[in-house]
Amino acid sequence: MNNQEIDKEMKELLKQYVAPMQDTEPRRDLWPQMLRKLEEQPLPIHNVPWFDWALASLAGAALLFFPGIIPALFYHL
Amino acid sequence: MELLESFAAGDLEAFEVLFRQHQKEVYAWTLRIVRDTGIAEDLTVETFWRIYKHRARFKPDGNFRAWARRIATNAALDHLRHGRQEITLPENLPCAASPDGAVSRETRDSIHRAFHELPAKYRLVATLALVEEESYNNIAAAAGISESLVKVRVFRAVRMLRKKLNSLRIEVHAK
Repeated sequence: MNNQEIDKEMKELLKQYVAPMQDTEPRRDLWPQMLRKLEEQPLPIHNVPWFDWALASLAGAALLFFPGIIPALFYHL
Repeated sequence: MELLESFAAGDLEAFEVLFRQHQKEVYAWTLRIVRDTGIAEDLTVETFWRIYKHRARFKPDGNFRAWARRIATNAALDHLRHGRQEITLPENLPCAASPDGAVSRETRDSIHRAFHELPAKYRLVATLALVEEESYNNIAAAAGISESLVKVRVFRAVRMLRKKLNSLRIEVHAK
């Protein structure tokens, strides 16, 4: 039995018991809720992902513990 | 184009215009995944919050509709992963006519339960592909995965559903 036949069997079974959702609209205007959410959860000013901070910390630590790399860094910049 | 540029620059009025233009579509798509009007409304707001939060990543010459749908799919998937797990079945869900209503109801409950027990990523594709009959192509674009991965997940979901249903003595046969 191939994949399509299995899908067809399951589709037929599901059609009997689970109806597709009708295209409906929200029951209310969602914009006021959107505004409340924006007020309650203000966006961070510096929206920097955590891994960028981790990378910056690693670079900072490397410069702190191995200051000898600073001239090499300037040379390559 | 101007509207999208203003939105990407953080203009709240431009965002409101986009919200009003696309909220119905985002809501309808989310509803097809989570199958609960209240949750779909909350996730629509969550989707637009994520859209506004990540506006700087949006390229104004890009497709806002496709971007919004992808974010909505991720928000719905997060809900399926971490959302409430209790199963409530509306009484008015249509089901096949049966001489024995209790048996039919029992079967329907078992099928819903089997569906809810699927891992979220399989439930997502199974709902869209098998129940909503959405094309693999559309599902792939919305979920940010390849079409072949959608097919694999549908196949695995069907296999898991079949196993669960057979263990409940519900036979899956083609008519």
